Amino acid sequence: MSNSEIPTTAIEISRAVRAGELSARTVIDAHLETIDSREGEINAFNIVLADEARAAADAVDRLVAEGGDPGVLAGVPLAVKDNLCTRGIPTTCSSRILEGWRPPYDATVVQRVAAAGAISVGKTNLDEFAMGSSTENSAFGPTRNPRDVSRVPGGSSGGSAAAVAAGFAPLSLGSDTGGSIRQPAALCGVVGVKPTYGLVSRFGLIAFASSLDQVGPFSTTVADSALLLEAIAGHDPLDSTSINDSETGAARSLLSVLDDGVAGLRVGLVTELMGEGIAGDVAARVRQAADALAAAGAEVGEVSIPALSYGLSAYYLIAPAEASSNLARYDGVRYGMRVDADTTAEMNTATRTAGFGAEVKRRIMLGTYALSAGYYDAYYGKALKVRTLICRDFDAAYQNFDVLLTPTSPTTAFRFGEKTADPLSMYLNDICTIPTNLAGHPAMSLPFGAGTDGMPVGVQLLAPALGEATMFRAAAVLEAAAPALTEALR
Amino acid sequence: MSVNLTHEPIEGEHFHIASELTGDVWEIVVGLEVHCELATVTKLFCGCPNMFGDEPNTNVCPVCLGLPGSLPVLNHQVVELAMRLGRALHCSVEPSVFARKNYFYPDMPKDYQVSQFDRPINVDGWLDLPDGTRVGIERAHIEEDTGKNTHAGGSGRIHGADYSLVDYNRAGVPLVEIVGRPHIRHPEQAKTYIDELRAILLATGASDAKMEEGSLRVDANVSVRRVGDPELGRRCEIKNLNSLRSLGRAIEYEARRQVDLLESGEIIKQETRHWDEGAGRTRPGRSKEEAEDYRYFQEPDLVPLVPGAEWIAAIDAALPPMPAQRRTVLAEASGLAVTDTSVVITVQRDLDALALAAIAAGGDGRRVLTHVEHNLSGDGAADLDALLLAELVQLELAGKLTATQAKTVLADMVVSGRSPEVIAAELGFEAMDDSELEGIVDGIIAASPEEWEGYCSGDDKRRGKLQGFFVGAVMKATKGQADGKAVNAILDSRRNAAS
Repeated sequence: MSNSEIPTTAIEISRAVRAGELSARTVIDAHLETIDSREGEINAFNIVLADEARAAADAVDRLVAEGGDPGVLAGVPLAVKDNLCTRGIPTTCSSRILEGWRPPYDATVVQRVAAAGAISVGKTNLDEFAMGSSTENSAFGPTRNPRDVSRVPGGSSGGSAAAVAAGFAPLSLGSDTGGSIRQPAALCGVVGVKPTYGLVSRFGLIAFASSLDQVGPFSTTVADSALLLEAIAGHDPLDSTSINDSETGAARSLLSVLDDGVAGLRVGLVTELMGEGIAGDVAARVRQAADALAAAGAEVGEVSIPALSYGLSAYYLIAPAEASSNLARYDGVRYGMRVDADTTAEMNTATRTAGFGAEVKRRIMLGTYALSAGYYDAYYGKALKVRTLICRDFDAAYQNFDVLLTPTSPTTAFRFGEKTADPLSMYLNDICTIPTNLAGHPAMSLPFGAGTDGMPVGVQLLAPALGEATMFRAAAVLEAAAPALTEALR
Repeated sequence: MSVNLTHEPIEGEHFHIASELTGDVWEIVVGLEVHCELATVTKLFCGCPNMFGDEPNTNVCPVCLGLPGSLPVLNHQVVELAMRLGRALHCSVEPSVFARKNYFYPDMPKDYQVSQFDRPINVDGWLDLPDGTRVGIERAHIEEDTGKNTHAGGSGRIHGADYSLVDYNRAGVPLVEIVGRPHIRHPEQAKTYIDELRAILLATGASDAKMEEGSLRVDANVSVRRVGDPELGRRCEIKNLNSLRSLGRAIEYEARRQVDLLESGEIIKQETRHWDEGAGRTRPGRSKEEAEDYRYFQEPDLVPLVPGAEWIAAIDAALPPMPAQRRTVLAEASGLAVTDTSVVITVQRDLDALALAAIAAGGDGRRVLTHVEHNLSGDGAADLDALLLAELVQLELAGKLTATQAKTVLADMVVSGRSPEVIAAELGFEAMDDSELEGIVDGIIAASPEEWEGYCSGDDKRRGKLQGFFVGAVMKATKGQADGKAVNAILDSRRNAAS
């Protein structure tokens, strides 16, 4: 079977594999071939697991041959962000400090996709410890955008977005702390979902900012993201912040609602995220998306969420504060890199100086400062109050609207080096995505044509906590109405 | 600054230090912080065994090693035991949150300790000491223990060691930190407080509370002030107190050091000091310049802990009576004061149930408790039949057994479980009527005219001596069965008749 005959979506692949019409090995070989041909220029992976993938595919095929069912992701190639622990396989967070470390366990999500029959093809590149919006902060070199290799793929899950966009795998897993799934999805022209905080287990996700981190899917279609999210969602006794299944039933039934349409659905266009700082072509595409929803029967209106303007500031206190604590354990004592010195304290310092990149150090320092005695109230304490305010403003907005619509990223994919000199301009990339992390709500990005530069534009749908089903209904309608990815805005 | 320690303590209910220089009298003020390991099956946030003394780094997993990606899951039994202890200390159980205390140390796998900071589980309780003092409990919160460093080679201390080893078996073991208010005024009282707290820890099943194994660790906040001064002085925190003896010595040393400094016009620096048992002194620990900023913030990997009213009520219902309560019950039943030594000791020996049953069966309270205090410290005492103990006391009261005989009979009872009457009869402890005893006494007087003359006409000193001679002779003649008091009464009446 030639590559062109292999289905491009996870849903079609798993259906064909489960039906015995297509072997998982054929699927994997074809994808490994694609990886071989383009990975050199894309650099989506920190490690490609070709042998392991072939062996796992063979096991799926044997199971099918024996009359068994490998699961809903049977034979589907899947790329895993390299901040998710994989048993016996190096897990680096794209940092030198974890050099040589092999986790003795799998992340819960990694276990779940394997149990559903998915085949892991490799660990994907990211901004070091998920801190960045372009993958330029990776210790192992940046990932390039498959749509234009002179541009960034976004970040921090740039490798996972690029892997799907390049056809290396129809599915990938990323993590989203302030937009790290949705922004690269937008820049690479794929679908990316940040679920409700607590819907997906964080066990085995190497923490950046624990109260904001959430694992989610990348795919080329809305339905494939629904499929993957259904497979990974659900309570995990190993994660105390994971929500009980009794409360999440609707948020885990997504494929079944994709054709429900948006008739009568109230859609709010968030005014704070449509003006200053948002590129004209991006805003134009979002308006087109709103029109498409209205045409499908939704009631579209404008909504103001005033507290959103403080989101970025609050985020850049809360996330670094948690990170400063989460990253303390990389001290050279137990695992990963060690730079020897005369005393333990000097060894700690030497190790961390050599092992962490500039952006990670910047955020550790920001966070340490924000939590310090005498500054806590003015910085971290105030940021927590803003977080509460944002939740309240969202709640008010959801009194009148079922979902909200915004751009995902202020611009289309930018060029390498464009924003590295000015951290603040890089941080501004997350202005549309950060508020949902602070609120713990679900949000997703899906492609809606291209900007004036011909690069993909992502539109973002937001919903209240556990409102995934409504969000996916709107996404399915937008997907059907979306201009072609390559169709530049005129 | 040398410490001359010339100021002598004045012993008493309070521990006062009198100044040679100024004549001022100082009192010490002590607040104790106790860390105690909870006796759970598994650790605070993972399923590893909570075991002391195993091979290093065998009771570990990704969670208690703080491996990247691991997350804590709160152990239900920890909450249960912490609440039991809290309620036994009359604390109110509050909704609580966990926080991270951030500092770098190789024995701490995550380089932060998960503890409870501004919202602890147990707040505002008290503990009553046997002497009647009520010591306030500010809080009793849950936190995780650290691993253990061993510095090998070189000096064996952290500076100058050739290398260091870390054992993470203890990392993540659940602790409760019990913060007492500064209501203690005497080194002995501090020791009693720990004894009492240990009894409560054992009664609640919260901990095995072994100071020598480190499952109970005590830090003492010590300050001094002039008697009558309402303000607290500046305190020092004394660490490395590995026994009750160290605790008492360290408090006394530290108080005298502080008085010495203050009398010399110096000020006390608020600091952590370490007790050196060998040298018998405290030494400064970490200095202010190196003081840590722990950057506490709420632990985002755990959710707030909100025990329901039903759970708390179930804990209250299942709590056994605590020592103070048992002393009150025993004091009421026996008619003695709650602070009476025999009451305190009876409860300490866990023999109050026996004593209460014996009293209920008609045994005189004071005599029952006197037996428990003086004659029932060994094995088997707890199995003694309370009815038989009551019988023994009744025989004593009826004058059928002397105190000495009763002690002998009781020792047999503990071993044999037989009734006191049977034992007394077997030992020949016959009831001796007064006329029989009078006859024996008269016979001895008649046989010892010189001594009798001395006894009747001598001074008090000589009479005392000769009284011993006569009583001894009577005891010898009666094989110890005579009641000493009765013998003295007969001697007295014969002397009065002779004069």
